[in-house]
Amino acid sequence: MVNEAGVGQRELGLGVDDVVVRYRVSGNDERYSTPSKRPLVTWVPPKRPSAGQERTITAVDGVSLHVAPGEVVALLGASGSGKSSLLRAIAGLEPLAAGRITWDGRDLAGTPTHKRNFGMMFQEPALFPSLSVGKNVAYGLHRTPRAQRGAVVARFLELVDLAGHENRKIHELSGGQAQRVALARALAPEPRLLLLDEPLSALDRGLREHLVGVLGEVLRRTRTTAVHVTHDQDEAFALADRVAILAEGRLLQYDTPDALWRRPASVEVATFLGHDTFLTQADAEAFGLGELAADSILALGPESLSLDPDGVRVAVREQRARRGYVAVTVVLPSGQPAQLRVPEMIEGDTISVRTDADSVAVVG
Amino acid sequence: MTRRVGWTLAGAIPLAFLGVFFAWPVATLVARGFFPEGTFTLDGFAQVFAEPRTWRVITTTLAQAAAGTVVAVLLGVPGAWVLYRTRFPGRWLVRVVVTVPFVLPSVVVGVAFKSLVISTGPLGHLGLDQSFAIIVASLVFFNYALVVRTVGALWASLDPRTEQAASVLGASPVRVFLTVTLRALAPAIFSAAALVFLFCASAYGVVMVLGGAGYGTIETEIWFLTSQLLDLTGAAALSIVQLVVVGASLIVANRLQASQARSQRLRTDASNETPWSLRRDALPTAVTAVVVVGLLLFPISTLVQRSLTTASGLGLDHYRNLATTGGGTLSVPVWDAVGNSLRTATAATVLALVLGLLVSLVVSRSPRHELGRRGLGLLDAAFMLPLGVSAVTVGFGFLITLNRPPLDLRSSMILVPIAQAIVALPLVVRVLLPVLRAIDPRLREAAAVLGAPPGKVLRDVDLAFAARGLGLATGFAFATSLGEFGATSFLARPDEPTLPVVVFRLIGRPGLENQGMGMAAAVLLAVGCALVMGLAERMRPKEATTW
Repeated sequence: MVNEAGVGQRELGLGVDDVVVRYRVSGNDERYSTPSKRPLVTWVPPKRPSAGQERTITAVDGVSLHVAPGEVVALLGASGSGKSSLLRAIAGLEPLAAGRITWDGRDLAGTPTHKRNFGMMFQEPALFPSLSVGKNVAYGLHRTPRAQRGAVVARFLELVDLAGHENRKIHELSGGQAQRVALARALAPEPRLLLLDEPLSALDRGLREHLVGVLGEVLRRTRTTAVHVTHDQDEAFALADRVAILAEGRLLQYDTPDALWRRPASVEVATFLGHDTFLTQADAEAFGLGELAADSILALGPESLSLDPDGVRVAVREQRARRGYVAVTVVLPSGQPAQLRVPEMIEGDTISVRTDADSVAVVG
Repeated sequence: MTRRVGWTLAGAIPLAFLGVFFAWPVATLVARGFFPEGTFTLDGFAQVFAEPRTWRVITTTLAQAAAGTVVAVLLGVPGAWVLYRTRFPGRWLVRVVVTVPFVLPSVVVGVAFKSLVISTGPLGHLGLDQSFAIIVASLVFFNYALVVRTVGALWASLDPRTEQAASVLGASPVRVFLTVTLRALAPAIFSAAALVFLFCASAYGVVMVLGGAGYGTIETEIWFLTSQLLDLTGAAALSIVQLVVVGASLIVANRLQASQARSQRLRTDASNETPWSLRRDALPTAVTAVVVVGLLLFPISTLVQRSLTTASGLGLDHYRNLATTGGGTLSVPVWDAVGNSLRTATAATVLALVLGLLVSLVVSRSPRHELGRRGLGLLDAAFMLPLGVSAVTVGFGFLITLNRPPLDLRSSMILVPIAQAIVALPLVVRVLLPVLRAIDPRLREAAAVLGAPPGKVLRDVDLAFAARGLGLATGFAFATSLGEFGATSFLARPDEPTLPVVVFRLIGRPGLENQGMGMAAAVLLAVGCALVMGLAERMRPKEATTW
């Protein structure tokens, strides 16, 4: 599951081999706490660490994966899962406690951040406040001849729908504009790998959905290899060719969105993705799925059950209106609850539902 | 690896400077108290503390500092309310008037109050010359702004909803003030009080000008023992007492400052100002008006007026006399002293800025290793030390250490700017460090990811930010050096005096001509410092703290 390429063969792209990242943190170190809604003004300068409160945290605990050139990979996990630490380690911003990070098979251990030719977008735009929009985008273009820089800046600003904004000041930008400038700045030097550290999480929902579209299109058009850290499943599934699911510093599964959805590797992954109802023998028989093997687990997600007059009759426990559908909780034959989505409120205490082998996730 | 060497070097240069020109002199001074003849003995102390005069001096110092602190706080809290929570036309002007005294050189303040109480002054008939009361008044004059600004800044940013909650629960305005507001303001009040106490206890210039032969504080007594009685052991013993007093108040001030930083997290974005109202604000406004007019404007205007008063009515005679030596009272014309002052202040400013920038850059790093972090914490504290050691101690320390090989600098003019730089260095670091600490570390990371080598990151991020604080830091350093009197009075050579030294010498001489000339020189010095600080304040970055 980890590396499809054989041993000894020179792998193109990014290699992450058994990487461990540890932090020594003091009790009050707030430098990398979760971002707040207002990115530009709420950053609190770190306090001087006080002695005696130091402890070591293993943020990434032996993760291996490979990203092929042109591929977009999402690192998906809850906060504290180590996904951002892994990304920062790839960028060379965190030292490795063990393992190696390679590009085209060559170890990057001796290559400092500024020589890796990677691009990165942070949770907050981190634009240089003393430079204009155009100068920010041009910052990484030191290898480009001076005469061509203006054209490159214009091209990438156009790519993010900000054509002509070269001379604007940073503090004049809205949150969404600032993050788009940051995207243009990260892409302009044409990095061999783009690292995205939850670049959209500090924005409000509507803007975020719009920028997921912008980001997806820009990544496709520039054929950029990218690693995208997010806690948002929809964002990960919408953007990524492959998704790595991390929890507590460990890689749970690394696969295509479709495979993750249909064949989650473990109960943990299934639950994380919303397949949180696990069928018992009684349920499987009732739905006509046959005999369950001893080691196979079938999981139901929000879309696994559907209405069918000829299906199994189950009791309705609760129903709630959502945007565009009604979420219904029913009681399965085994007595455990399960979810399904129906177009409108149900009258009566029972409904008939069915499921089939194509709709359930097979765990393991 | 080379980076670590570079940073270590950047820290080592200012540390070496601090070691040679601060730690060594002060340590030698302390040692002189314990080892007067080369062997350890407390005889020097015993002798000093057997003198009733010593105890009188210590008592006077503490009483003067306590009285100055209490009065400054009692007057400053109503002032903070009026100037930071109410809105009225012309408020900015009152704020400026309140701030000006804080930046005036101590000698000028002393001369201004002297002009009130000398026999020919407007308060001459009260017999306040050389009294405890006039010295406390001048110390309040000095430190009123500190209380108003520290308390006002917190008051303006207090979350008003706590007070609103209290009044909704039925508390009267007085009860709200006593139970909610005052408690929330306590960290600011106490931290301001600790600093005021520190400044009052180590006041030197005003006491030298205003106090007579009978009046002595620890600071002036050190000067007296050294320069008049040549009793170095006694002076060293007193310096150690002063180190203890000042060090203790500095530690308290720092602790309270930290707790204030915590409570300030409560800040809301909404403005807390309300329009001035007669019914609510009458009492604090009356108090503040009396302070501003009677305590702040009165001495300054009297100083200016008397500098223009000649034997034959109003005129510029005293200012014209600045081109002379005052009939032989001075070794050089006053304008030469102005030139000396500008030269030494420029040299001191350059020194303090270069060293302060190095220190701030090093201390603002966040190393991964605990050892490195602890080292930086110590380095940070080390450069605050000069704030806690009186300028007189520095000057005296220079006098007894740098006058013989390996470093014999006494005969060269370089000692004065070095001493002034030591005094100004903590202020420079206090301005630049918050600016550098406020840099989002992601900016450095973004620059590195975009291919900027460490040197370029330093230039484009750290130095670009530090530049915003450079104006204020330069102003602080220059104004401090220009008005510095404590260390300079020990170190300036008689034939190359600075302006504050000249003012002090002129004002100490009898005769209308000398005094008028001294007041004209004091006005000149005040205008110079106020201009520099006014310019600097305009460039204040928002990250810089109140002091």
